[in-house]
Amino acid sequence: MNNRLYGNLIFELSKEGRKGYSLPKNHFGSYEIPTSMRRSEEAQLPECDELTVVRHYTNLSNNNFGVDTGFYPLGSCTMKYNPKINEEMAALPQFQNLHPHQPSSTVKGALALVKLLEQSLCELTGLAHFTFKPYAGAHGELTGLMTIDSYHRSRGDIARKKVIVPDSAHGTNPASAAVCGLEIIEVKSLADGTVDFEDLQRIVAEQGTEISAMMMTNPNTLGLFETRIPEIAKLIHDCGGLMYYDGANLNPMLGACRPGDMGFDVMHINLHKTFSTPHGGGGPGAGPVGVREGLQEFFPVVSPYYGNFGVMMRAYAYILSLGREHIKEVGPLAVLNANYIKESLKDVYELPIDTICCHEFVFDGLKDKSTGVTTMDVAKRLLDYGYHAPTIYFPLLFHESLMIEPTENESKETLDGFIAVMRQIAEEAKTDPELVKTAPHTTPIGRVDDVLAAKHPITTYKQLVNDNN
Amino acid sequence: MATFQAGLLYSESHEYIRVEGEFGYIGISDYAQHALGNVVYVDMPEVDDEVTAGEEFGAVESVKAASDLISPVSGTVVEINEALEDEPELLNKDAFGNWIIKVQLSDPSELNNLMDAAKYEAFCAA
Amino acid sequence: MFKFFPQTQEDLQEMLSRVGIDSIDALYAQIPESIRFRDEYKLPSEMSEMEVRDLFAKLGSQNQQLTCFAGYGVYDHYTPAVIPQLLQRSELLTSYTPYQAEISQGTLHYIFEYQSMMAELTGMDISNASMYDGTTATAEAMMMAVAAGKKQNKVLVSKTLNVDTRKVLDTYALHQGIELETIAEKDGVTNLEDLKEKLAAGGVAGVIVQQPNACGIIEDFTGFSDACHDNKALLIINSVAADLAVLKTPGEWGADIAVGDGQSLGIPMQFGGPYVGYMCCTEKLIRKMPGRIVGMTKDNREQRAFVLTLQAREQHIRRQKATSNICSNQSLMALFVTIYCSLMGKQGLKEAAQLSYAGAHYLCNKLLATGHFSLVYDKPFFNEFLVRYDGDIDELFSFYMMNGILPGVKMNDGSLLIAVTEKRTKEEIDRFIEALPLVKGVH
Repeated sequence: MNNRLYGNLIFELSKEGRKGYSLPKNHFGSYEIPTSMRRSEEAQLPECDELTVVRHYTNLSNNNFGVDTGFYPLGSCTMKYNPKINEEMAALPQFQNLHPHQPSSTVKGALALVKLLEQSLCELTGLAHFTFKPYAGAHGELTGLMTIDSYHRSRGDIARKKVIVPDSAHGTNPASAAVCGLEIIEVKSLADGTVDFEDLQRIVAEQGTEISAMMMTNPNTLGLFETRIPEIAKLIHDCGGLMYYDGANLNPMLGACRPGDMGFDVMHINLHKTFSTPHGGGGPGAGPVGVREGLQEFFPVVSPYYGNFGVMMRAYAYILSLGREHIKEVGPLAVLNANYIKESLKDVYELPIDTICCHEFVFDGLKDKSTGVTTMDVAKRLLDYGYHAPTIYFPLLFHESLMIEPTENESKETLDGFIAVMRQIAEEAKTDPELVKTAPHTTPIGRVDDVLAAKHPITTYKQLVNDNN
Repeated sequence: MATFQAGLLYSESHEYIRVEGEFGYIGISDYAQHALGNVVYVDMPEVDDEVTAGEEFGAVESVKAASDLISPVSGTVVEINEALEDEPELLNKDAFGNWIIKVQLSDPSELNNLMDAAKYEAFCAA
Repeated sequence: MFKFFPQTQEDLQEMLSRVGIDSIDALYAQIPESIRFRDEYKLPSEMSEMEVRDLFAKLGSQNQQLTCFAGYGVYDHYTPAVIPQLLQRSELLTSYTPYQAEISQGTLHYIFEYQSMMAELTGMDISNASMYDGTTATAEAMMMAVAAGKKQNKVLVSKTLNVDTRKVLDTYALHQGIELETIAEKDGVTNLEDLKEKLAAGGVAGVIVQQPNACGIIEDFTGFSDACHDNKALLIINSVAADLAVLKTPGEWGADIAVGDGQSLGIPMQFGGPYVGYMCCTEKLIRKMPGRIVGMTKDNREQRAFVLTLQAREQHIRRQKATSNICSNQSLMALFVTIYCSLMGKQGLKEAAQLSYAGAHYLCNKLLATGHFSLVYDKPFFNEFLVRYDGDIDELFSFYMMNGILPGVKMNDGSLLIAVTEKRTKEEIDRFIEALPLVKGVH
């Protein structure tokens, strides 16, 4: 990027009297909004011509990195390729122009699409019904837990207010449970990151009548399959609880194993992970929730309409493109890609659990700790070489977690390129550690001062202007 | 390295209290500020708020962590350290010199549940 | 081989041998055979791109394209041509949350602009980086008020709030154990006297009202903020974002939290989503606000830079103590409204609002002049109004639909809520009126 030319805020490009829009003339006569209801001060929005706006945002995009830019091995986020046909389908005016309160007789095509997508997801997960109201993964978790909570309430089983979560789980799991008014019990992990079954038995023995659900991903956060899942499900079901599947790690299970068959009763799917809809810089995604037969009557109203319908259209286009022949290849190829990277790097990066992984795995930093080069430094140096960094410092089980998920779409050449660079960085850590510790060097900006941002928050242009004065 | 100041009492959640008569000055230990890193914000109660031993009365935030402040004693807040509103980093510079709240103790016997500096140092080392 | 899978047979063999196994199946050796899925998925066979297009076209043709006079929270506004094009810039589209600030300045930069614009529109100090939609943003505001209010656990909600929003609030409140109470309505607006009484009863953490309200009426919130603050309750105002270009802002009304949907800022209706929720608040509440926030800082080369900040509030650090379980923002839709506000700017937003207002009042006057419609409430409205028809409303509704017009949203009591935006031309509105005599048989 060219920071000098294009680093401005749109407000700084504004000039009074310019305009970037055209609207029809008012043919209705003069109807004035009464002064008493008007705002006294104008909103200080920019005034720019169209080309200035287009250039500004085009240049902003040049300062960004997406899956289309390069390899994006961000663990637990499943940054797979976002097919272009999905975008074309979602943009069809026959769907874009539908009002959500339009009578159902006039939206038959849209409703049919919802039904078709539901059938597909049921088939892929082994569950019976889906609600599409949740807007995102976290929203899906909340929806699923509410469904479970309402199920217990409907049976007068009101003491069930505790959710078991592995201590290695993502922070969203406990946060979702808390928002649902539920309490967390953490079950310990074994050294390999899988659930400590004995600890789980102890919890169930002590608090079985208060257990609402157990919440898990499978494969877990370390990319390992919980082999004892049938026993875990039986233990929880026997004490009256339900099994919740966090669909964050569903991708490697396509073609291999279905959550319903594992014994899960309720789950959410991140359509923006497994079903290829773009992450959009953080959203919109979609987090449809699936349940076993009989639980669908407890679906809560967590949004007014059909959820993020545009995202659902993309997901269905993806399912159709792959079809039954190729959707079953997704998991195996994603798993092979992950294992290939792992095996190619484990001599220079610390691999705490050396076994076949699923779609992702975790290194605990560089093998040689004597250089002082941290996971953060490795991540930043990767940016110099044109790769997005893996997920870092998660899971919390290790101090220097570096979590890599390549997805099924990456070619062997791409993986080999990444492997070579990771080895190169390990070498640099020995020969020129400063180079790595001060990375990145080639990006539009260098490392940022997080402390300044948090201590003295400037979060709007107005604050910025006032701060300068 | 963290320092452990004698003459103060410490809790397992790393708060200290300096007792002066019926009042106590509560802050976080030097060990705690080391663990937190750069403190960017201190969430404090208001004067006249009640605090209870073992319950949270505020929070300390660094860039990558937030830690609840747990009161080592029960009582009423009589003063807060307003300097921390603008300069939370004072906790990093001198944790013992910058208390967070001043409390009028309602039950001095609670002090018996706390650790002295030597015990606390051993607790942190464990 | 398949177009999204680059692995050739030769690649597969080399990779398997590096991993030290001889078959793909061995990758899943740890899955117990009893739960291994070995059937064929009962799904359609793979489709070529042309076949996918055909299928979607076929489904699309089963949807009726109508001239939209429906609103009730979702409005058919004009989308500038620039926006869909820029939204397809795939460096933005295919990126994720900007964790790595050095290669995410594009996202961080526009979120900072978005926050600035929403704070301007609402007249509030600060904004978060956006939320799912207006209904869930309102639910988050409800929880935020309860979290900020220490021991108060009750939230008062005006009867004039959109029922779609209310249902979402009810869901969250049920599971959170928040007590929701309804503030009565009087002549179509929130009854201030009833609000004061309920506040006086104590325990109220927050009060939620809507502008314009569910019937399209512009409410007068004079005295609301004092009443709330005298009782240590936070005032939450849910507004239609676009209308704030001209209407008195939540900030001017003395709100503590401003929330709502940004769909009215040019986002296509697309059968309910994706839209974008906004949440703004006073500076005092910044650390209680859920969602992501982008702040300004410097990099190690002394350049201005933007970064995710105040993250200690968030779920990945606070776990069950977080103020919300929200992980991310509705970034791409935030970009949508940011570009919209950049193009339309200070004048364009006002002009669009003015056009909507004029069109709605023009249509309303014409309808009243027929003698067959009456306003349910004689109150000032913005671009949406509630009327009663003196004939069979179902018949009227079907008639309009057959003529390609979606005449509004039919309410449960048989009244009709009609919305007009700047997108409705005079010809379309005149057609709405001219079609009427046909159904009444009075030519």
